[in-house]
Amino acid sequence: MASKPRTLYEKIWDAHVVERREDGTCLLYIDRHLVHEVTSPQAFEALRLAGRKVRRPDLTLAVPDHNLPTTARTAPDGSRVPIADPQSAAQLAALEANAPAAGIRYIDAVAPEQGIVHVVGPEQGFSLPGTTIVCGDSHTAAHGGVGALAFGIGTSEVEHVLATQTLQLRPSKTMEVRVEGKLGPGVTPKDLILHIIGVIGTGGGTGHVIEYRGQVFERMSVEGRLTVCNMSIEGGARAGLIAPDDIVFDYLKGRPMSPKGAEWDAAVEYWRTLNSDEGAVFDKSVTINAADIAPTVSWGTSPEDVAPITGAVPLPESFADPSKQEAVRKSLDYMGLEPGTALQDVAIENVFIGSCTNSRIEDLRSAAAVLKGRRKAVGVRWAIVVPGSGLVKRQAEAEGLDRIFTEAGFEWREPGCSACLAMNPDKVPPGERCASTSNRNFVGRQGPGARTHLVSPAMAAAAAVVGHLTDVRNLGE
Amino acid sequence: MDKVSTIEGRAIPLGLKNVDTDVIIPAHWLKTVRREGLGKGAFETIRAAPGNPFDVEDFADAPILIAGDNFGCGSSREHAAWAMLDMGLRAVIAPSFSDIFSGNAFKNGILAVELPQEQVDRLLEVARTDPIAIDLESQTVTTPFQDRFVFEIDAFRKHCLLEGLDEVGLTLARDTAISDFETRMARQKPWLIP
Repeated sequence: MASKPRTLYEKIWDAHVVERREDGTCLLYIDRHLVHEVTSPQAFEALRLAGRKVRRPDLTLAVPDHNLPTTARTAPDGSRVPIADPQSAAQLAALEANAPAAGIRYIDAVAPEQGIVHVVGPEQGFSLPGTTIVCGDSHTAAHGGVGALAFGIGTSEVEHVLATQTLQLRPSKTMEVRVEGKLGPGVTPKDLILHIIGVIGTGGGTGHVIEYRGQVFERMSVEGRLTVCNMSIEGGARAGLIAPDDIVFDYLKGRPMSPKGAEWDAAVEYWRTLNSDEGAVFDKSVTINAADIAPTVSWGTSPEDVAPITGAVPLPESFADPSKQEAVRKSLDYMGLEPGTALQDVAIENVFIGSCTNSRIEDLRSAAAVLKGRRKAVGVRWAIVVPGSGLVKRQAEAEGLDRIFTEAGFEWREPGCSACLAMNPDKVPPGERCASTSNRNFVGRQGPGARTHLVSPAMAAAAAVVGHLTDVRNLGE
Repeated sequence: MDKVSTIEGRAIPLGLKNVDTDVIIPAHWLKTVRREGLGKGAFETIRAAPGNPFDVEDFADAPILIAGDNFGCGSSREHAAWAMLDMGLRAVIAPSFSDIFSGNAFKNGILAVELPQEQVDRLLEVARTDPIAIDLESQTVTTPFQDRFVFEIDAFRKHCLLEGLDEVGLTLARDTAISDFETRMARQKPWLIP
């Protein structure tokens, strides 16, 4: 008898079940654990208090990112620049002590490989297809771009994984997001995922794992896939993934922690089996036509509050749900926007290019292509580019992108989470607006009172040049 | 984890949808290496507005919060659950929760009670003037006005909460099964070790 057709998610899940209890809860094995400074100190402390050890330090990788200032980290004399905020310094010091003491591989703040944990994982070949990957950060979903089942966890779960290399979980429901056709010029994976979240809503994927399918993803680079999967959580899905293929294998081959030699061949042979079977059934299914998607921007304080750049700030009354109408009124009040305003008329004072969503080499190339030979508008007070890792930074410098950015009036920074989340010195001032390539436009996300417009790197660059949100397609190369 | 059985008292009728964890505890509070003391920063932006429900004296020690759909969406920060515990909250009632928040709440003994919108609406109304009671054993939410709403909860989570079990300890007891799995994987997929 043929076995029941399974989705990609179900295949990865089944391959990691250590034990299944009668009530359906599974003890799931975790292949990869990424650790950063913000969500781990309490977990290490709890292990110490209970006299417990880290079970598999060899499957764990630690790197600081959230709290690190993105200004120079070494002084001209080669010494480390101290971190001014004592709390940040203490938290970073805790990781620097905890990880090596447990035998965990630790990439320190001045190592060339340092970067945002979700950029570093794939870049080092630590994140592999078919693996289960967790991190105390909701954007762990990003690693689904290499065909992994990757999801964010809380600190108690970080502790659980450190101690047992497993999690007690119930399987999620499955959701298919199918995008057929081809993205138009100027439309990037970021626009695609913003559009998808607009369609399904921030709660649309709750309880589900999304598999992105269709022609658009088959053509997409790994960088683009990481961007799409990264924001699955903004659609409520704890994880999103794309079936791995030759594009992924080519990307991973030869990376420092990727399998080598005969093990590589064996791995690829297995990875080729990782796709949803013909006839596999998803609990939920959404189909989107790529041709319908324009460069997309957010106007509100929820990632579902998006519109094509050619559109306008919506009228609260245009929403059917009365509680959404109320939420939109509050959002627009916070954002300082009048309903009906053309989005292209919205002036911005800040531009942030970076974050685990959009700080990889392709993102920087795409922004630089728009900025080449241009300068930021007079009204743009602050514009920064924060590469996702030291390796991305070096690559960009080798390609001369750093000069394009600095000549355009951007600051060229050290890798880290930066202005995505207002816990390091990079913040947007109250009442000011930022065209941001990050992933969340929540109230206060980029600083108290800061107003965020989520955009692609190319759209952020275009906004910098003209001083307001604008359609990158009208700028030309 | 402390045992959880019944939670009774005033409930803060927040009612908002899509309350994200940045709203529950903004990132600048996350620089701590401790779990305690985050109550000061809980719901900071909401509490900054005059006339917000957290400022109403009757709700000063309320153990319950009532919210709208998709409570706890966004960041995985467990600091959200710690901040709520630190301000005295022991339960949240909402029509739906984000997956990560509901796990974090459970790990900290905070009951995340899911009820249909119309029942949540009724509780929001009652909460303005009267207390609410949640009983985990019978899986019910009751009011002084004979309202009785039954909620669902994962059987394993219920058991852990009622008994105050340490989940890490429970899993460590399955060490042989985990070791067997690791041995099998080392043979079948040796490339899994970086």
